Amino acid sequence: MKNNKTYLFVGVGALLLGCFLLGIKFYKDSQKEKISFMAQNNAKTFVREHSPRLGNPDARVYLVEFLDPECESCRQSYPLVKDLLSKYNGKVQLIVRYAAFHGNSKTAIAAVEAAKKQERYWEALGLLFETQPQWGSHHNPQIDLIFDFLPRVGIDVEKLKTDMLDEGIAKIIEQDMADLKTLGIRGTPTFFVNGKKPGDYSFQALSSLVAQEVEAAYPQ
Amino acid sequence: MKNSSFSLLFTSWIIATVATLGSLFFSQVMEFTPCVLCWYQRIAMYPLVIILLVGALKAPESTFLFSAPLVLIGWIIAFYHNLLHYEIVPESASPCLEGVSCSTVYIEWFGFITIPILSLLAFTMIGILLIYFKRTTVDEK
Repeated sequence: MKNNKTYLFVGVGALLLGCFLLGIKFYKDSQKEKISFMAQNNAKTFVREHSPRLGNPDARVYLVEFLDPECESCRQSYPLVKDLLSKYNGKVQLIVRYAAFHGNSKTAIAAVEAAKKQERYWEALGLLFETQPQWGSHHNPQIDLIFDFLPRVGIDVEKLKTDMLDEGIAKIIEQDMADLKTLGIRGTPTFFVNGKKPGDYSFQALSSLVAQEVEAAYPQ
Repeated sequence: MKNSSFSLLFTSWIIATVATLGSLFFSQVMEFTPCVLCWYQRIAMYPLVIILLVGALKAPESTFLFSAPLVLIGWIIAFYHNLLHYEIVPESASPCLEGVSCSTVYIEWFGFITIPILSLLAFTMIGILLIYFKRTTVDEK
């Protein structure tokens, strides 16, 4: 009698757990389908005209990264992403989208966007990542420090501060936030390679997906 | 213990397990960030899976005593959460000033089933089953 009860718990428990795992698989598959559908029909959700691009503009593999200059994992993955670009020289282009998830993200994004006008965008983004531990420490964020750092890459800070107030920049951040919502993104960095999401958050998953897409886009 | 009393505990356990797995599905798979009140309800719900399981198998007589406080706490928080959700209590009077707002609506099935409603429903059903269990099994002795 007592054994029967134990079996009942084990049986029903296994059944519920099974449903849970099946649910995960089902949900992930449906998300994948939804995203690849959007990649075909709403390419704009992934790549906007305002989005900064790095690499060969004719490259057939689009590596879209939703990043936040204040996010530590974005900082860590940034050199790896650049390595990927140089590894597939000319076949992959990076498109930067913003996810203003931290307290000072909007200011940092506005700064790099304003640096565009001085043609120092990538320099500014690289510098912000490099100096992030100082200005973006979670215990004591000091966003104003970025204005001390930016002249290092030849940026005129006075001009930058004026350009940062541009309404266009606020609109870009807003548009990217809206696209984040559409795509259901809640973490950074989030990558899409030609509209496909890597299997998991590891860098291995991303680089193997890039390899796969490069192979598909440039058959030997 | 009668079979019917066992079924009451067993059913409560199923509800607690479904609620636990369901909430984990929302947060870990669908990546909805739980708000503060959700966390408090989880703290009350998750242990019920173990307490009801061990209780039903090893100590049915004392199960009510151990599980009822958790159910009561969880129910009160869930009830308050629903008041917030349906704006009966204004959000400014709530403790959720940072992070995810407790009145964020993540899901709305059939137009009225939201996550706080599911939580309140789960705590209510477990509560009713346990009270019935106490009346029919523990009190009769």
